[in-house]
Amino acid sequence: MSDATDTQAPSWDSRTRRVVTLYVPMACFLLILLFPFYWMTITAFKPNSELLDYKTNNPFWITSPTLENIRHLLFDTSYPRWLTTTMGVAFGATIISLIASVLAAYAIQRLRFKGSKYVGLAIYLAYLVPPSILFIPLAEVVYSFGLFDSPMALVLTYPTFLVPFCTWLLIGYFKSIPYELEECALIDGASRLQILRRITLPLAVPGLISAGIFAFTLSWNEFIYALAFISSSENKTVPVAILTELVQGDVYQWGSLMAGALLGSLPVAIFYSFFVEYYVSSLTGAVKE
Amino acid sequence: MADVSIRNVEKAFGTTQILHGVSVDVDDGEFVILVGPSGCGKSTLLRMIAGLENISRGEIAIGGRVVNNIPPKERDIAMVFQNYALYPHMTVRENMAFSLTLAKAPKPVLEQKVGRAADILGLTPLLDRYPRQLSGGQRQRVAMGRAIVRDPQVFLFDEPLSNLDAKLRVQMRGEIKDLHQRLKTTTVYVTHDQIEAMTMADKIVVMQGGHVEQIGAPLDLYDRPANLFVAGFIGSPAMNFLKGRIAGGAFQIGDTRLPLPSTRGAPEGTKVVYGIRPEHWRLDAGGIGATVRLVEPTGSETQVVAEFAGERVVCAFRERITQHPGELLHMTPDRDCVHLFDDATGRRLT
Amino acid sequence: MSATAEMAWVARRRPQTRLARLFDSKPFLIFICLAPALGLLLVFLTYPLGLGMYLSFTDTQLGRPGVWVGLDNFEYLLTDRVFINTVWNTIFYTATATALKFALGLWLALLLNQNLPFKSLIRAIILLPWITPTVLSAIAFWWIYDPQFSIISYVLHDKLGLIDSNIDFLGTPWHARWSLIVANTWRGIPFVAISLLAGLQTISPSLYEAAMLDGASSWQRFRRVTVPLLMPILAVVLTFSVLFTFADFQLVYAITRGGPINSTHLMATLAFQRGIPGAALGEGAAIAVSMIPFLVLATLFSYFAIGQRKWQQGGDDV
Repeated sequence: MSDATDTQAPSWDSRTRRVVTLYVPMACFLLILLFPFYWMTITAFKPNSELLDYKTNNPFWITSPTLENIRHLLFDTSYPRWLTTTMGVAFGATIISLIASVLAAYAIQRLRFKGSKYVGLAIYLAYLVPPSILFIPLAEVVYSFGLFDSPMALVLTYPTFLVPFCTWLLIGYFKSIPYELEECALIDGASRLQILRRITLPLAVPGLISAGIFAFTLSWNEFIYALAFISSSENKTVPVAILTELVQGDVYQWGSLMAGALLGSLPVAIFYSFFVEYYVSSLTGAVKE
Repeated sequence: MADVSIRNVEKAFGTTQILHGVSVDVDDGEFVILVGPSGCGKSTLLRMIAGLENISRGEIAIGGRVVNNIPPKERDIAMVFQNYALYPHMTVRENMAFSLTLAKAPKPVLEQKVGRAADILGLTPLLDRYPRQLSGGQRQRVAMGRAIVRDPQVFLFDEPLSNLDAKLRVQMRGEIKDLHQRLKTTTVYVTHDQIEAMTMADKIVVMQGGHVEQIGAPLDLYDRPANLFVAGFIGSPAMNFLKGRIAGGAFQIGDTRLPLPSTRGAPEGTKVVYGIRPEHWRLDAGGIGATVRLVEPTGSETQVVAEFAGERVVCAFRERITQHPGELLHMTPDRDCVHLFDDATGRRLT
Repeated sequence: MSATAEMAWVARRRPQTRLARLFDSKPFLIFICLAPALGLLLVFLTYPLGLGMYLSFTDTQLGRPGVWVGLDNFEYLLTDRVFINTVWNTIFYTATATALKFALGLWLALLLNQNLPFKSLIRAIILLPWITPTVLSAIAFWWIYDPQFSIISYVLHDKLGLIDSNIDFLGTPWHARWSLIVANTWRGIPFVAISLLAGLQTISPSLYEAAMLDGASSWQRFRRVTVPLLMPILAVVLTFSVLFTFADFQLVYAITRGGPINSTHLMATLAFQRGIPGAALGEGAAIAVSMIPFLVLATLFSYFAIGQRKWQQGGDDV
């Protein structure tokens, strides 16, 4: 900036340069990244007449917005039911994963024992196993536990990808807490459990929030297990239900489909808007570890 | 209150031996400082007293009770850490009261103990603040306050002043010493700073490489260092060492002859190391001639790096020096302050 | 008075209960703490992984236990045109989408690393595609790719007149493949950009100032300072990206279901189609298991080829 103020001419030059190399590409990125959401939203509120007629209407705008698609979704389908199922599954899986991860991360990073490094590595490797190579044998496991077609199957299987992620994230947070605090508490007369409850956990709260919202989002977005382990319509989660229940026959109800996609994304988006910083920090934290 | 007895304590991490049979006795109410360069094992020894490290061999007793297998919380000690280890999510009050809360002390007792400690340290107006709102010196005081509240048998300090700036360090040094004189609690204090050790301790333990080099009162170590290590470690600027031999009733190095102490314990011809502190040189027109290399006036005194017989020595004079580098300065060592060490073993001769 | 109150209370060591002592013993605590996580992972990850390998050697059908058939499944797959095409398509899909994601993601990260108004807002918006459920954004793309009512066709044809007829995005194999790659790239850019941005922000500005004083041009600064210092984080992000693109399922399942004529199948979607609706669990498992060597290879490659640099060794960690 300071070199631009030296003379008049280069300052103009550098400003156009800045527009071309920074603002224009940035605007393009934002446009492309946001357009599908805009399109999803606008389609959700379009009446069918406008939806399928680009000749008389400008497709980028709505002349007579309607709530018909959303009404159809909420009252003519089991959408509310799918929403509550998804919510329940996401909460259940998140809580189980958080408890397991906090304890595991504490043991690996704080109780330090022979081989704790290898346990940490093993958990990290577990994160690298994608669900798409596991769902077939997992279907067998779920079936043999008698959990097939039950949301409980999802609550128990989601932690397989949530626990590694959350553990890894929390190890990073625990690492940033000085050992002296725990040693001091040890001398002050606290037991190990009291240290975890009164010193380590309160200090790891940002990490817990990060891990929690991340786990919730990942559970909400999960698709392949939900597709493979759930068969009855009323037990489906939102992503699966929209794709399998709303798409019927050859004529797609684009309005309701988009309304379903919009409503299904909304809880995550709202969640996200409250915790942006935590999302960013957990994303980058997990990568950096 | 209690004494601490450390008997032949050894510590090994795997195959690396950190401490080789260390024995120290800390009397009831004494202020003992463990000092040495980093890596000498002083902090490990302190952590073993606290119970944060296992004792590989030997034993440690606090108040006559062997504590080798007793967990930290039952040793009745309090420790002040280098980075203070204040719980960042608790206020000053909660920090100081934490140990009492854990012990389920009744509220009035708790209030009173915290109040009294805050009073002693001047922390009363800060009780409801969080550690991050405090300055370095205030944090230091809170860490001490937390120790006082516990009313322990022994205070342990692990380099508590090393995170403070020079001025504050001097001030806190005074405060800690003052506190000890008031409370008379047995204290073991670790530092790498020999000035801290000299100014605060009743008794100094100089350590190096997992061994105790010398134990004694500060001025004893200054006046009669037992070996080259202690001689070089205690005192600032450090003692000058000259290698030569005893010949004709004087110390000879090259062509230069320097006077020997009246109580010399070395026969003619012995190879010795001649130790003389900078402040024990005097200007003397009849003394040896040395070439001035560097002059550093500090106001109260002038430090001079001078060269003779191919050796450089540091001298500190009360007088102001007018010579410039390259010019000749005549000076002589104060013979009663000369230390002689065996060239082979490094031990003090006398 | 208060002095006597203080005298009255003495902190005495209460005898610990057996339970409290148990919870203070380190081995027991370690066991208790690790049990839930390791238990879950053993039952629902390690065991299924082994079971999957076993199933791939059997002719198990959904609901009917199979018998050991050795390498039959794999031998059959090697003669199966659809499977071979799927493998090639998966590799193509992964390579292209990853390259695009990294090129564009790095560009976006560099843009975000400059002084921008509303920086945090922009950063928040950019992560949106990555936060929303993949299937739901895939449905939006499905609609964007509609043969008749595609908005892209509308702009290019009706408005700009650049093309003669509507593009059949999902109707022909190559169109469909590229359409999927674009959708995958769209979703993947935020992750790459934000991760690399974090890496960029750890590079001290004084390094750039020093390079500038040394006479480096802006391209040289990027090439000689930014890229080498970004390598470690780049390697990690690349590993994740390759892994999850290779194992992708949702996008393809939602938009094309592998069609037209099985041309866009990824190994994961083919495994699903054969294994669950097709009921041939053994064969599905064999397809899934065939992904493992590729995944291991990709991980090792990005880890060893890019991740390890001499100057990083003996760093301040450990």
